[in-house]
Amino acid sequence: MSFMRQNIRALLLWEIVEGMALTFSYMFRKKVTINYPYEKGPLSPRFRGEHALRRYPNGEERCIACKLCEAICPAQAITIEAEPRDDGSRRTTRYDIDMTKCIYCGYCEEACPVDAIVEGPNFEFATETREELFYDKDKLLANGERWEREIAANIAVDAPYR
Amino acid sequence: MPTLTIDGQEIEVEANTTVLQAAEELGIQIPRFCYHDRLSIAGNCRMCLVEMEGPPKPIASCAMPVGEGMVIHTNSEVAIKARKGAMEFLLINHPLDCPICDQGGECDLQDQAVAFGRGDSRYSEHKRAVKDKYLGPLIATSMTRCITCTRCIRFATEIAGVEELGATFRGEETEIGTYVEEALTSELSGNLVDVCPVGALTNQAYAFNARPWELRKTESIDVHDAVGCNIRIDCRGNEVLRVLPRLHEDVNEEWLGDRSRYAVDGLGLQRLDRPYVRVDGKLKPASWDAAFAAIKARMDGADGGRMAAIAGDMADVEAMLALKEMFTALGSPNLDCRQDGAKIGGKHRGGYIFNSSIAGIEDADAILLVGTNPRWEATLVNARIRKRWLRGGLAVGVIGGVMGSNDDLTYKYDYLGAGPATLTEIADGSHAFAKVLADAERPMIILGSGAVARDDGAAVLDLARRVAEQNGMISGDWNGFNILHRAASRVGGLDLGFLPGDDGRDVAGIVAGAGKGEIDLVWLLGADEIDMQALGQAFVVYQGHHGDAGAHRADVILPGAAYTEKDATWVNTEGRVQLGRRAAYPPGEAREDWSILRAFSAVLDQPLPYDSLAQLRQHMVEAVPSLGEVDEVGPGEMGAMGVAGDVSAAPFESPVADYYLANAICRASAVMADSSRLYLNGEEATGTDG
Repeated sequence: MSFMRQNIRALLLWEIVEGMALTFSYMFRKKVTINYPYEKGPLSPRFRGEHALRRYPNGEERCIACKLCEAICPAQAITIEAEPRDDGSRRTTRYDIDMTKCIYCGYCEEACPVDAIVEGPNFEFATETREELFYDKDKLLANGERWEREIAANIAVDAPYR
Repeated sequence: MPTLTIDGQEIEVEANTTVLQAAEELGIQIPRFCYHDRLSIAGNCRMCLVEMEGPPKPIASCAMPVGEGMVIHTNSEVAIKARKGAMEFLLINHPLDCPICDQGGECDLQDQAVAFGRGDSRYSEHKRAVKDKYLGPLIATSMTRCITCTRCIRFATEIAGVEELGATFRGEETEIGTYVEEALTSELSGNLVDVCPVGALTNQAYAFNARPWELRKTESIDVHDAVGCNIRIDCRGNEVLRVLPRLHEDVNEEWLGDRSRYAVDGLGLQRLDRPYVRVDGKLKPASWDAAFAAIKARMDGADGGRMAAIAGDMADVEAMLALKEMFTALGSPNLDCRQDGAKIGGKHRGGYIFNSSIAGIEDADAILLVGTNPRWEATLVNARIRKRWLRGGLAVGVIGGVMGSNDDLTYKYDYLGAGPATLTEIADGSHAFAKVLADAERPMIILGSGAVARDDGAAVLDLARRVAEQNGMISGDWNGFNILHRAASRVGGLDLGFLPGDDGRDVAGIVAGAGKGEIDLVWLLGADEIDMQALGQAFVVYQGHHGDAGAHRADVILPGAAYTEKDATWVNTEGRVQLGRRAAYPPGEAREDWSILRAFSAVLDQPLPYDSLAQLRQHMVEAVPSLGEVDEVGPGEMGAMGVAGDVSAAPFESPVADYYLANAICRASAVMADSSRLYLNGEEATGTDG
């Protein structure tokens, strides 16, 4: 009996029908995909995306060249050079991150005593050439200006847990 | 000899030691800020509190002398609680700005706060802030960070001998600074940075440059004077960022002169980084082959007697040996390493070294300084004399050498006279100081290199030897006859015999000969201090590292390595052989000096018999066995030296006119230029100049 049933199922492609029915049923369920890049999924405030160097509200750059991020970086992706600025304050003359080396661990952000270097919410920074991923201070500060609102909001949300 | 128990271990120590020192002998570390083993005891930081059985309160171990039967606990609950309390008090007014502080990463307060500090602060009141003080162009201050340990005051007063630093106001308001705003007038001021346990005093030239964990540390030898201070060179990449002293009890203890410490920015400026050949009156960049070919063209077929070589003040022994052997092979007797024209050298080593050794100064009880200003010529020898003088019972006599505004040697001395006439009187026994010397148990004469560099230098040397012999300076194991050199290369060159051969010319003869056209080719191994204009039409080869006087006159420039860029040997004024190590590579196409000479000797088809530094050193030790005895000193053997003769009446003058600009590296350094302008001319950099 079971021999007959098996042959009939095979002949009628029943398993295919079953599979197609399941597939078809998803047409009536809620969609899980999004229309990227026009739609985007939610991100945690702790998301570790593209780096940015922030400024204080008065425009002064936050980074004080303490080099703790450089020291903690496990991939040794950060290079800093510093000297006294004309007003005598301690500032970087060079702040480079090799984004091809970076492993996005977020230690730099953890180490920073002034919340200057942060990993922002941006993850869309693919480039056509490798060289474009060698970020310098200007690029990082520009990122900071571009993303400041989101970054500040994320830090504020996360503040109670730090 | 009291016996005490520290952490359960019994120890017997000298009666006047402190509990902290006794603990150190047992290998027990007690945290401290104000205590420094070379300074007097202040006992004001309270970090070294330990528990002592008996008294109800913990004791400051740095200030408590040991007593019979004391029982000390350094790590008991009471001791640790006391230290935590002391740390909390110290941190009340400390700004905790470690991220922007240059001391970060090598800070005593930071380290000890990790061990004894609280995780958070209980202090919410206002913190003290102190205006930064001006201490000159070498030291950056941030006085808010100061924990008033007073190490700097004690260093300046005791070791440097300038009573310019002090504390004003009391209690929380205490401020450290110069009473009147002025730069510190000491050549040892850089050491304040080292003694400061926090970031209140930091190195101005190194400000915000690097963190200690980024630096590659190389132990080497300083060549800015003939003391041969032991140094540590800190580099990042190929750049020398700073120089720190390294402990050597018999040479520099743990101090370093400002020139050695702060001239390092000169190592990156005015460098010769490729060969040059003069074409139509102008120096043009050339390849090594072209430069060698240009020299060979002049040397081929030339008479050896018409060639000459002069070694400069920072040349290493290896390079001088290679140069000497090359010129000897060419048949030239015209060699000299005494750029200043000093009438010393020869087979008796006792006649040109500091026989009693620098540490030996501490045994002396009468010192006669002749024609020297040790403060500028050998800062750490001067510091050693001051250290001995502070102990009391030392008579110091000075003949000439000390210059007008800089006549403060940081210790008291009798100015006996200006010229050789006074020395003659002492030799005759007719001068009052002769009796002081004769009565002294271990008298010492320190003859400056300037005093023997005069025309009558040989007669002065002979006179000095007579003074030494007649006053019992050379007896048994004591030899108080000392020459104080100021060039790092000098004793090494004299040991090698880098001196005129038979019928050879000395420096004055070479320069005069070149001016008269009797010398056709002059090879300068880093020699910048001779009169370049007087060299006339001679073809000048300059082998060195800085574009200074020699390079400007040169017809061919061979770029060499500075002292931080080569493994090389130097011999200090005591005759102590010391090895310097390479910290960075020479810039561009520059090479180590001995290898340049080895390569050129091959071009001449007279290759020198060594292909590696090891072979060269082996050869060197075979030629001069004393150069193989690294870091050993002893009096040299004495014998006939100098020539008895008439001395002139001219006063002795110190040869160092400007401590801060004494050699090619210093002259390239911006920091040294600022210091010279301030300290010698009293001018402040205004910001509009340069």
